[in-house]
Parts: sequence; C-alpha cells; structure tokens
Amino acid sequence: MTPGADHPWCPSLAPALMLRHDAVRGTDLLVMPERVVVLKGHAGMVVGLCDGTRTVPGIVGELAGRFPGAPVAATVPAFLDSLRQEGWLT
Amino acid sequence: MTGPAVSAPPTGPARPWALLAELTHACPLHCPYCSNPLELARRSAELSTGQWADVLRQAGELGVVHTHLSGGEPLLRADLEEIVAAAESAGIYTQLVTSGTGLDEERLAALTAAGLRSVQLSVQHAEPRANDRIAGRPSSFAEKERAARLVRAAGLPLGLNVVLHRDNLDAVDALVELGEAWGVDRIELANTQFYGWGLLNRDALLPSREQLDRARRTVERRRRQLAGRVDLVWVVPDYFDGVAKPCMGGWGAVSLTVAPDGTVLPCPAAASLPDLCPPNVRDRSLAWIWEHSPAFGRYRGTEWMTGPCRECPRREEDFGGCRCQAFALTGDAARTDPACALSPDHHLVRDLADGGRPEPPPYLHRRPGAAPAAVHALAAARSRNGGT
Repeated sequence: MTPGADHPWCPSLAPALMLRHDAVRGTDLLVMPERVVVLKGHAGMVVGLCDGTRTVPGIVGELAGRFPGAPVAATVPAFLDSLRQEGWLT
Repeated sequence: MTGPAVSAPPTGPARPWALLAELTHACPLHCPYCSNPLELARRSAELSTGQWADVLRQAGELGVVHTHLSGGEPLLRADLEEIVAAAESAGIYTQLVTSGTGLDEERLAALTAAGLRSVQLSVQHAEPRANDRIAGRPSSFAEKERAARLVRAAGLPLGLNVVLHRDNLDAVDALVELGEAWGVDRIELANTQFYGWGLLNRDALLPSREQLDRARRTVERRRRQLAGRVDLVWVVPDYFDGVAKPCMGGWGAVSLTVAPDGTVLPCPAAASLPDLCPPNVRDRSLAWIWEHSPAFGRYRGTEWMTGPCRECPRREEDFGGCRCQAFALTGDAARTDPACALSPDHHLVRDLADGGRPEPPPYLHRRPGAAPAAVHALAAARSRNGGT
C-alpha cells in the first residue's frame, strides 16, 4: 500500500525475507538471499510487529506499552524507515 | 523477549552460518569453469532423501541458517521438494541454484509449496547462441528465459549468476540489461576462479587486463544507475588485482559444503587437495566434522600460516587467500596464495595476467569421464610451460 494521508504505512516484511530466532547464537536474524542480518537487542521484536496490520504510530504505541519510559517514539520510526530504505520492509 | 541463549562452547570454533548442498553432480550444462571437482560423483553414490534430510536437521542444530541447494543441476533430483521441506523444517532459508533447465510451472509450484525462498539462475552470456556455446547445450538460453519468467511470476526473489571470462566480459553491459529485462533483484558477476575445470580451461578463459578494466568501469556506472533497484555484485579477478580473496570467509569459519556422496568440505574446491582425507556424513555427525575433524581444523585460524602471511596485518582479513589455489599453483596448500602480491610465487599469476593472449584453445567442456583425459592434457600443458 502506498503511504499517504488516507493510507498510512503499515510496514510488513518483504516477501524475500525470513525473520527467525537463532537459539544457537541467542539472537534474532533477518535471513534473505545471500545475506543474514543480526538483529540486536529488541530489534527483532520491532520487526516482528511489522505484519502489515499495524501503522507506525500503532507499533510505537504497542512498544511504549511494553516498555514504559523507553524512547520508542524517538527511535522506532527512524529504525523502520531505515529498514524500508534497505528494501526489507514494504 | 528471547529464548534462552545457547551459545557455542567457548573453546569450540564459531558455528557455521551457511551450507552449500551439492545435491548431485549430474548437469545438463557443461560449462568449462564448473566449480564441481574433476572427479564427478556418480549418481549411484549420491545421498538418499533421508540422508539429506538428516544432514539439514543436523546443520540447523549446528547453527546453519542459509543453504544453497546446488549441483550440478539440483532439479535433476526427483526428491528436491522433500529436501527443501527438510531445510524449511530445520529453520534454514533455501535458495535454489539452477541452470533453469527442467524448471516448469508445476515443479516451481511444488518447490514453493515445500518452502523454497529464492532462486539463483546461471547465465553464460547475454546473446543466446553465445550462451548455449559456453554452456555446451543448445536451447539453454531459452530455458533460462522461461525459468526467469516463472520465478518472477511466482513472486520469488531472483538473482542472476554470471561467471565472467574472456568470452563474456565484453558483454557485461548487455548482461546487466538482460537482468533488468528479466526483472531480477540481484546480478552477481563473478570472475572465473581458476581451479578444477577452470584451471584446465585457463588458456581459453583468461581475459586480458584491458577487458577487465572496461568491464569494471561498466559495472561501476551501472551500479550507480541501478542503486536501490538491482544489487550488482562484482567478484574480483584475483589473478589481476594482486590481492588474495578472503576465500570462504576463512577455512572452516563461516560455511561448509556437502558433496553429493556425503563428503563434507570447507569449500567445494577442497576435494582437489590430495591429502585432506575429508570426512563424510555417512560416518560422522556434522557437529563432529565441524568441530573436531582434522580436515576442518587444518587451515582454520592463522597458526598454520607460512611465509609472508605469518606477520601480515591482513592475515585476519584475507586468511591467506585460497588454499586450493595455493595448492594448484605451487603444490603446497599451506603457502601464501600466489594471487597476493606479497607471495614469493606471485609471478605465477602476474606473468599470466600480463602475458600475451594467443589464440585460445577450444573449451574442454565439463562432462563425467572427461576428467582423466583432461588431467592428462593439463599435465602435458604444464610441462610445455615449464610449470610445476
């Protein structure tokens, strides 16, 4: 969906990508053709919320509820935007 | 938020990320630079469906998260769908590495249903007749074109892989154009690595420095144009750059190869090392092979290094280059890769890189049984050149 006033962006993982937990290394991963990206800290949880149903403010709100006092409003939208620029979120 | 962290034991080597599964050495193509060994595994020696499923299960437990299902031509395995499903249930991301021959709508649908995630398609040239001549198969180009269309229609990510050499480096621009027209996400332009079949065919495949410089400039220009749309990857020609490649990200460091008969190797070319005694999944677990086998330990880390590598500040970056190339050119796999300008054997590649380009011999196409005669031809060529 094209982001805009009437159609806010609801991030979802690009079809080529697999988000998974790696129990051997104790981390979350984004796996894609020819590449594996290690998601540090809570990044995997943030990406996990990108299921195409939530808007960015929706994701921020949900995380703010889980982590009271964390600067999610200041960091999460920029993080999601950087993943979109990589082509990993659509 | 995460499950319990189960780290590798602090004493063991870091766990592998990737597995190259050579499901079969059978192939409808006969490319003269094939990365398969000269001694191709017979079909009767191949691992069974159940054995491959077990290898993938073990690989997942070991830490592998990515596999290239390759060959030969993996589509020649009638049980490929089951192998894909086994990888998927082990949590391993699958990429099919194919010539395109044998891919139809029904097969692709079955593979996708089994969990196939992406496809890498080989292309030999942008011009159909030249493609088919290099591949040694008439109609190969048309098969690739059809395969690309099917993969795009199925919505899977698609990459092109082009091995570059004297006969297609001047077509790099057209190859990139072809990739765009076929709607690919990624184009890997990989300069030929000269061991195995590539070494046998080196006189036919070795480009000139001028050709390489032109191609490199084209790639840089195209990369700027395609930024954000198509990922353009250039795999360096190590004979020409004076810099050894960080082969496989280090021996036994990142990935492993399982050959059709269950032999496990640190890289697909390592079968050429005569005294390696590579382990086999029929005899040992993958974990033992990775952590304890002498073959995987032999060139791991930096302790084994000789010559200029020992004190080199780059030794943790290029790992001494390629062991198979060191062996192929000097007869000693522990020597510094002759591709490195600091190697005492560097003249072996420099003389070739800067030498004249006489009329190239015809290709010695990769075929089962072609190897013994081919090895004989290689020995004769070496004695003519006064090499090792």
